[in-house]
Amino acid sequence: MTIKDIQELKTKIDQLKILYKQGKTDVEKELRAFQRELKQISKEFCKNLSPWDRVSIARHNERPQTLDYIKALFKDFVELHGDRCYGDDPAIISGFAKFYNKSVCVIGHQKGRDTKDKIYRNFGMAHPEGYRKAQRIMKLAEKFQIPIITFVDTAGAYPGIGAEERGQAQAIATSIELMGSLKTHIITVIIGEGGSGGALALAVADRILMLENAWYSVISPEGCAAILYKDQSKVQEATKSLKITAQDLYELGVIDCIIPEPYCGAHLSHRLTFLNVKFFLRKALNEILQYNIEEIVRKRQERYLNIGFYEDA
Amino acid sequence: MSIFDFFRKKEKKENLWTKCEECKNILLAQELETNFYVCPKCGHHHQMNPYLWANMILDYNYTVLFEYIKPTDFLSFKDTKKYKDRLKMLKESSNTSEAITIFDGKLSDYPIILSVMDFSFIGGSMGSVVGERFKLASLKAVQDRKPHISVITSGGARMQESVISLMQMAKTSIAVDIMHKNSVPFITVLTNPTTGGVSASFAFLGDIIIAEPKAIIGFAGARVIEQTIKQQLPEDFQTSEFLLKKGMIDMVVHRHLMKQTLKNILSLLFYKNA
Repeated sequence: MTIKDIQELKTKIDQLKILYKQGKTDVEKELRAFQRELKQISKEFCKNLSPWDRVSIARHNERPQTLDYIKALFKDFVELHGDRCYGDDPAIISGFAKFYNKSVCVIGHQKGRDTKDKIYRNFGMAHPEGYRKAQRIMKLAEKFQIPIITFVDTAGAYPGIGAEERGQAQAIATSIELMGSLKTHIITVIIGEGGSGGALALAVADRILMLENAWYSVISPEGCAAILYKDQSKVQEATKSLKITAQDLYELGVIDCIIPEPYCGAHLSHRLTFLNVKFFLRKALNEILQYNIEEIVRKRQERYLNIGFYEDA
Repeated sequence: MSIFDFFRKKEKKENLWTKCEECKNILLAQELETNFYVCPKCGHHHQMNPYLWANMILDYNYTVLFEYIKPTDFLSFKDTKKYKDRLKMLKESSNTSEAITIFDGKLSDYPIILSVMDFSFIGGSMGSVVGERFKLASLKAVQDRKPHISVITSGGARMQESVISLMQMAKTSIAVDIMHKNSVPFITVLTNPTTGGVSASFAFLGDIIIAEPKAIIGFAGARVIEQTIKQQLPEDFQTSEFLLKKGMIDMVVHRHLMKQTLKNILSLLFYKNA
């Protein structure tokens, strides 16, 4: 049983549902049977998901992306563009919106879904101007005391000539430093891929939520296999060693909460995923809003200043 | 480890002759050492051990700090070799106890905190120990109101510590932020090579960023970029001189002039009346 089989079953069910809605009630029995089967196999499948399976799910093309979440969870979204220095990076979306009638700042990586859109968004791999745009919008949020919600979904910051020329390292470093001391409340949701520095540049936060099948790591499994194992075929082993699943990160104390995904894959039901994310996001926001700004910044800094495992005898 | 241990260890494996990495000329090892590991023939800057950096930059009496913070294999990480075994091996063979060493001393009578990275310790990679020592060094600089000078060389984050090494980027950046907010100067000296997670955190957060000539400095490795864009890279790509031209660093300084330059900056910015 693979993810593909589940996907096929899901498509069949959707087709039958359409038929059913059109008035062909004789498919009801078949539909019910399929739905039972889906529930059964996804339950079994979820039990034995390997870390590598989760990486494939996190990269699924139909997985909800930042703009999908913005459409589903927020109202009155206004997108803001440009870093005021060089350009606008479509790989990062930023702006303000209403969440349960309160203003929030929303920033996230956007990968794009069809080929044209993917190329336009550079597959969610940001350039320095993307991170500088994010910094500009975060400073606006700080100025007007608006909580920030970031959505992380990137394979990594873009490795290219232009990116290096314009200071990719500096852009990421300043983003991290800014978020570490920003005087407003910050929540990060890791929705898909959390690739290294490019992800961390939007993920220094007071609460870090992570979808069940998302991954977050210092390097991609492929990169780790190539560098440490010197063998691309060892990618599954590398994934396991790196401890990049939500469960691992929760145990290491890097994230605060795991958001469950429906049918072991957010792409299988966007509607249920949105409901889950909305619920946990609201909960986390209410939690951190209890602290005033001085407290929350102090707590955030303490948290990061204390991360690490070492002997000190 | 005392400085004597260091020299004793060094004596054991010392060879009389050595070869320049760049021009391949055969050199007397001692000649290279007295020249602070700058090739006398071609001027190539070789990597230099943290203790030699301290000897070069600091006045005679300095102390080594935070050596009690030691690495541990908390994930039981295994690639081609166990991380635990790697650490054990390095404990026996390496001159340093981790990829960063912190010194408390004086530069031409100006009190400073000096942190120096060591590329020979797992590629100068940043794990929990580098993060913690750097943080403690920065907090001490703030507490004692001394400038913090950091001599950097690193391949990036330490993959053997996985996501915890990624978190060290946030840890060190916040430590730098505390220095910034307290008006304690933070000066970084980027040496060959400085890439990945270290360049994308404290290396590029210096108030003043100095680089050694022809050092490779950047975020992504040249090979990764080449594979991604499938184009030949410009010849001086990611060198100090390239970054200077692009406005990413303040200056390129020869190693022999480093101490003088640092002293000058300190007297202009911080020790203004001394």
